[in-house]
Amino acid sequence: MSTLCQIRDLSVTYRDQPNPALAHVTLDIEAGGRLAIIGESGSGKSTLARTLAGLLPPRTHLTGEIQWTGGTPPRPGRDLGFVFQDPSSSLNPVLTIGEQVAEGARQHLDLGWKQALERAQDMLERVRIAQADRVLRAYPHQLSGGQRQRVAIAAALAAKPKILIADEATSALDVVVQAEIVALLDDLVRDAQMTLIFITHDIALASGFADRVAIFKDGRLVEAGPTASLLAAPAQGYTRTLLQSHLDLTSPPLVEEAAT
Amino acid sequence: MRLVRNLIGSPEGAIGLGILVLLALVAIFAPVLSPGDPLSIAARPLLAPFTDPSFPLGTDRLGRDVLAGIIHGTRTSLAVGIAAALAALAIGLCVGLTAGFAGGLVDEALMRVVDAFQIVPSFLLALAFVSVIGASVPVVVIAIALGAWADPARLTRAQVLSIRERDYVASARVIGMHPAEIALREILPNALPPVLALSAIIVAAAILTEAALSFLGLGDPNVVTWGSMIAEGRNVLRSSPSLSIFPGIALVVTVVAVYLFSEGLTKTIGRGRLAA
Amino acid sequence: MNRAIRLIRRRAISSIPVLLIVVILTFGLLESASGDAVDAYLLSIGGGDATVAQALRQAYGLDQSMMARLWVYVSSLATFDLGWSIAFDRPVLDLILERLPNTLLLMGSATAISFGLGSALGIVAGAKPESAVDRTLSTVSLILYAIPSFWLGLVLSIVFAVQLRWLPTSGIETIASGKGGLARALDITRHLVLPVGALALIYMALFLRVMRSGMAEAWQLDFVVFARSKGLSRSRIVLRHVARNALLPLVTMLGLQSAAMLGGSVVIESIFAIPGFGRLAQEAVGGRDAPLLMGIIVVSAVLVICVNLIVDLVYAALDPRVGASESAG
Repeated sequence: MSTLCQIRDLSVTYRDQPNPALAHVTLDIEAGGRLAIIGESGSGKSTLARTLAGLLPPRTHLTGEIQWTGGTPPRPGRDLGFVFQDPSSSLNPVLTIGEQVAEGARQHLDLGWKQALERAQDMLERVRIAQADRVLRAYPHQLSGGQRQRVAIAAALAAKPKILIADEATSALDVVVQAEIVALLDDLVRDAQMTLIFITHDIALASGFADRVAIFKDGRLVEAGPTASLLAAPAQGYTRTLLQSHLDLTSPPLVEEAAT
Repeated sequence: MRLVRNLIGSPEGAIGLGILVLLALVAIFAPVLSPGDPLSIAARPLLAPFTDPSFPLGTDRLGRDVLAGIIHGTRTSLAVGIAAALAALAIGLCVGLTAGFAGGLVDEALMRVVDAFQIVPSFLLALAFVSVIGASVPVVVIAIALGAWADPARLTRAQVLSIRERDYVASARVIGMHPAEIALREILPNALPPVLALSAIIVAAAILTEAALSFLGLGDPNVVTWGSMIAEGRNVLRSSPSLSIFPGIALVVTVVAVYLFSEGLTKTIGRGRLAA
Repeated sequence: MNRAIRLIRRRAISSIPVLLIVVILTFGLLESASGDAVDAYLLSIGGGDATVAQALRQAYGLDQSMMARLWVYVSSLATFDLGWSIAFDRPVLDLILERLPNTLLLMGSATAISFGLGSALGIVAGAKPESAVDRTLSTVSLILYAIPSFWLGLVLSIVFAVQLRWLPTSGIETIASGKGGLARALDITRHLVLPVGALALIYMALFLRVMRSGMAEAWQLDFVVFARSKGLSRSRIVLRHVARNALLPLVTMLGLQSAAMLGGSVVIESIFAIPGFGRLAQEAVGGRDAPLLMGIIVVSAVLVICVNLIVDLVYAALDPRVGASESAG
């Protein structure tokens, strides 16, 4: 596995904020793998995602560096695709689905509109949207949450980037739909040999399909490593707490535990 | 009072408020700044501006002091502007609250009346009203208010409808708060801010409408107004354009001050809500 | 298409009670005048005795009770009969139809120019909020919108018509010039430059501000960040994503302003002596001509309803979410 990028002592502070969102983060990201970045709210995981994608707001203060193999950072759209948490607001309500999926392809692959829309239809079929030709002419408000997220994924991948960052891409969806989207992402990334960086607060979801995980707390990297070994034998107390507080049907009821 | 302090904090609000305070002082102290009747003949006619120190802005066709006219005209513009806006807000709030709370047929009927007042151009309405009832300051105030109350009414009603459904109102109902108490303590304070932001715009529009009415000769003939001064100056536009220009500048300065104050107010209210 | 037809039908039906309220309230207002049109007419011809007044009143139906007259008026409205102008001694509808085209030309041109320029400049300002360009345009538009239209008309008149003599001071065309076709159109255009200019400058300021604030708000929305993440060009994001959304509140504002713009025609037509609808209102007021004033208010209301309907149709065309809950799928 080759390295995609090396993050060295990265600190990010938003404009007008006293405390840094990320502090002294050092991490290597492998190319072609699936990395899950896990943390609770305020852990800095979304900030890391946006820093990697170059989507920070203007006048954000950055120290440290990110070294990308290939020299230059990936260009949004062409080299890197980004999927956001809330599919309802990611899509422009007044433009058709077709236009929003095709525009990336048109911009970066130098296609005419007709060809770009054909490619858009292909992409919609790839993300398993039924009646893709009709959906091309539809508008976002006519689709369900799960469908909109699929459209967002299709739009992000339209220009065939090599990296996909999914920032809490399933958190706003129903549980059953979540599993479908995760399976879809897994499938797409494997097929195109892309690098997937998956941001989530749900450790169980991540453990299902990530190769490596990185745990974040309060803007700092707690620990990182291969999924299986890290979850089986966490080195840090916080990781252990995260694992323990994860509830599934096999764990004893929390209320009972608290009472004892 | 925190509102006032916050207002001074925003630069537009401060400038606007400053100019308005200055204008208010000019209006209040007009008889002191410029004693005597501004409509009386003071010197020879058509004295050019900046020539005679005792008549810095010159005199008009009849020999009336232009500066005196501008100073006294401040009273009319500010008084009519503020009074008309207050009247429009009062009517609008009443109608909007009633419609929002009552619902059903009352709401429907009231909204049709609001529609009626919104589709008739407010200037035509004011024109008709003043020409029928007669031109005096109170009539002009009512005429302008009649054309302006529909927007605050609609806004108030929209606010009431949206706030009624909010969680904190439902919780108040659940703990058994009396409906009137809910209206006063929960709904009204949250419904007011956007309506207040609108009020400054209404003042500005009222000032401009009053000027236009006076310009057309439908203002109160017994008081001096900037609009009537501009109309007067129109007769000698070619030879003495300054007669129409100075009162116009006074109008622009006043309205700009109101707009700046309104922008400061909007920003403060926005911030205030976040702080609360 | 279906959405449009449904909207038109609904609007036509709901407008009737509103128009009725307008008619009744205006009628009530004009009733409270101390003299009626006959009094004013007699005044203008130097007086007349009671029998003449009585005969005139009978001829014009002014001696009936208020309710009876209201009923007669409302029922004649249904046949598009707006009554008889006493001051002009002609049917009100004819007078209005004669004057309306001039006003529509004036208002239409002013609206088109101010909308086009205002939205273009608003996009320039809103492309980079808080930039120097934005601050300059915002300040200029603030001052422009504070200027009374009649004063601006006068100032433009002083500069361009009096001092520079480039343009005529009044009227809509050179009287009895015998021009036709293109020459006439050019003549009318020359006459309309100043009045349209005065109106357009002020409304341009308003549209600029609305477009600019709409864009400033749209920049905050998530789909803009998504567009950036797709690596789209800046011009595409500014125009196709941000401005396209900011267009919606701008179109709404156009509808809201239509009544005000119609009212504003009164003073501008007065200054530039344009024989239009607004000027007719002023003449009706001066002549105490209640039927004419009544007709003018009713026609204004109908015009505003029509303009609002067109604006709503345009809005529905621009925003696919409108009327969505009513459609089958």
